[in-house]
Amino acid sequence: MEPQSPQDTQRSPTWTDDFGTPAGAGRAGAWAAVGAPALVLGASYVGFGAFVHQSGLTFFQGVASSITGWALPGQIALIEIFAAGGSLLAAAIAVGLANARLMPMVVTLMPILREGEAAPSPRLIHYLSAHFIALTGWAIAMQRCPDMTPGQRLPFFLGFTLVIWFSTLFCTALGFYLVEILPPTVTLGLVFLNPLYFMLLFTIDIVRRDRRWALLIGVVLGPVLHMITPEWGLLITGLGGGTLAFLITQYDRRRGKS
Amino acid sequence: MTVSAWWFLLVGALVTYGWRAAGVALSGKIDPNSALMRWVACVAYALLAGLIARLIVAPQGALGDTALWMRLSSAGVALLVYFIFRRSIVLGVTAGALWLVAVTTLVGA
Repeated sequence: MEPQSPQDTQRSPTWTDDFGTPAGAGRAGAWAAVGAPALVLGASYVGFGAFVHQSGLTFFQGVASSITGWALPGQIALIEIFAAGGSLLAAAIAVGLANARLMPMVVTLMPILREGEAAPSPRLIHYLSAHFIALTGWAIAMQRCPDMTPGQRLPFFLGFTLVIWFSTLFCTALGFYLVEILPPTVTLGLVFLNPLYFMLLFTIDIVRRDRRWALLIGVVLGPVLHMITPEWGLLITGLGGGTLAFLITQYDRRRGKS
Repeated sequence: MTVSAWWFLLVGALVTYGWRAAGVALSGKIDPNSALMRWVACVAYALLAGLIARLIVAPQGALGDTALWMRLSSAGVALLVYFIFRRSIVLGVTAGALWLVAVTTLVGA
């Protein structure tokens, strides 16, 4: 069969996913989230809810954190610094540094979600959708959306992330409630879920050259600087340790190329 | 004087959404793989690695009342099970958490 236009030869072979309508794409995204993604992230948020309870915050404050500040590492940093008696400024900077990687994530995903749009500048829907860009949804969308028909990508992404977002809200509440009915030792296990989870995630990343030094230096500096200055230790670990790691990684890259 | 947790939550939400909004505004205009962005990633990973280490070595609240060896052995069990069972994060985390529950129940926190 002869291609109808130059566009057809370019497009039809690459876009293998077509859900028919934007609503169909939204439903497909929602179904893709049910199961492993919602369960794994849900367990982390049960741990977060228990952590919120142990840190002396209220039920509504815990759920509000997951509604408005949705991105687990930053949420944990915020609650930890509050519980440790840190200042508002220290908390703001730490959350800012912990969540700074959201910006380049949005920068890479937005053009994929918006492909084929006539309007050059982002609209309200894009600014609203950006609230739901966090690690799990971002990774799935980066993987699957480039194969989808434009116009169905944003609905797929929103269907996926709204399901995991609502499940994390429910799980935050569940974790908080479980602390009140479970024995104290079981609660300790729940609160410890996230430190263990992130430790294993980072263990995987140690093999990545671009992250290895930042992780190793951070692990050592975090507790050491905490003993010297509990208030600013974390920020110095991030800025100082991160910069040192960046310089080592740059040096590695240059040596690797020549 | 203590600042209400609500102020912390408000500031955290503004800072977090600020990065996302900046990402929308800057998409297509900056290179996400530039040296500046790689530095941002390094700072974030160093801070998070430090935070996780601090949560294990020097946690606040009830976890802080447990002995250090209990938390370290829990992390060790998680790592061990993770590597034995073909790098399963779910099994590793579950085993480490159960270990902590077991030792705090048996030995007392």
